[in-house]
Amino acid sequence: MAVTTDRAALNEWIACGWPEKVVPGGKYRTVLLGQEIEVRRTGVSSFEVFECDGHGELSRSLPVQAKYCCIFTTLGEPIRPLPKIPEFDEADRRITGCGSVGVHTSPFRIIENFLDMAHFSFVHTDILGAPERTEVLAYKTEHRKDVDEIWAIDCQFYQPAASKASKGGQMTHYAYRVMSPFSVMLYKNVFDDPTRNDAICLFVQPIDETECLAYMPLAIVDRESALTSIIDFQQTIFAQDRVILENQRPALLPLDPTIELPTRADASSIAFRRWLKAKNFQFGVYEKKAA
Amino acid sequence: MAIKLYDYSLSGSCYKVRLLLGFLDLEYERHPIGFYPEREHRTETFRAINPLGQIPVLEDDGIRLRDAQAILCHLANKYDMSGLWLPRAPELYGLVMMWLMFAGGELMAASAARLHDLLGYDLDIETARRNAHAAFRILDDHLTRREIEGGTWIVGDHPTIADVACFPYTALSNDGGIGLEDYPALRNWLRSFMHLPKFDAMSGISEFA
Repeated sequence: MAVTTDRAALNEWIACGWPEKVVPGGKYRTVLLGQEIEVRRTGVSSFEVFECDGHGELSRSLPVQAKYCCIFTTLGEPIRPLPKIPEFDEADRRITGCGSVGVHTSPFRIIENFLDMAHFSFVHTDILGAPERTEVLAYKTEHRKDVDEIWAIDCQFYQPAASKASKGGQMTHYAYRVMSPFSVMLYKNVFDDPTRNDAICLFVQPIDETECLAYMPLAIVDRESALTSIIDFQQTIFAQDRVILENQRPALLPLDPTIELPTRADASSIAFRRWLKAKNFQFGVYEKKAA
Repeated sequence: MAIKLYDYSLSGSCYKVRLLLGFLDLEYERHPIGFYPEREHRTETFRAINPLGQIPVLEDDGIRLRDAQAILCHLANKYDMSGLWLPRAPELYGLVMMWLMFAGGELMAASAARLHDLLGYDLDIETARRNAHAAFRILDDHLTRREIEGGTWIVGDHPTIADVACFPYTALSNDGGIGLEDYPALRNWLRSFMHLPKFDAMSGISEFA
């Protein structure tokens, strides 16, 4: 495994663990974009990250930030800061990560699946979608150039059990936000309270082009459910996605719109793929071979 | 007194118990354990419930049981009045026990591979996959013989707790990067099992197989 040469991938902040993965004083090794790194927890909330050379020795020190229940680092020169997600500072929210889950596919397949509503009724049957209500109503996508984020807004979908707090079906209103090629989040209205949104993130650590770890930090409005149940719910959903994700072919994401034909419900996917194409992404991307 | 199950949604061993509770139409109280990432099953509090630090654990009328296979035996013995899930006939009983032990023994290599791929457990993945393949070969050979005899299930003419115990980690093999391409009889059996009335798929099981 060699480290990628794709600057577009190298110049992003990428999640590489979560604080409680090791005890203070502990360390672990992992791989980012083909590069082995060592993460050290030097204190309760202080971390160091190092690159490892070909012999497993530590070489250069890498920047590190701990935020949103994750540890982030970068192998390049970050072109953007970590996103602002103010929901994680609201005192009455339940804030937790869900560990990491391994997924054998491109990081962009994982991000794209997170943006997709059309699969709810089929993959998350009786939870995030009902078999008799499969329609994805029209929604808007936009490229917010000031922060270079892709948004999908005015999304709605009927959900039998939108969250752990749900006590019945509801028309859930969603907004999706792609903050970087490896991080995405959604806002969905809280059961019985249209004024507030749950914030659910998905940060992807690409180990290589078709092997990833997925982190799901949550900032949830739910006074009743135990944290264990909230995590259990989120992991149940993601494990349903995972089996679908690992069976998508090709594993790498095609950016050429003639390879996988989109429908109107795929507007967010179209925006995401165009955005990656404009960045001239090579890592994790499917290239049609010349005939 | 209500049945209480210490449970984790993504656990294939807990799923064995949930499946049988469903087949037998038994009401139960679910007590979620933070298996990952919290590792609640390894805490002192949980070890007071099960000193082995493992799930599932079932409590029923003052009896506390660990080990999915033992729990299946208990539930079938106490609640299945038909006697079909745990047949007492001498020509069937020992065989059901034998395949139950297999489910809790050799077949657990497939669980190890899954823990590695899904939750990042640090273990020898090649050994786990090799051992899982060896176990699948044995079960597939057995089910091939059963097909030739005109049978569908691991033992006898009705699904038993041996099928319930062997189903989860076979059906979840893809989660651990293990394909079932070489095991046609296993795939036929999985399909039959998923068509049982009251069958409920857990996350990671492809119902389109």
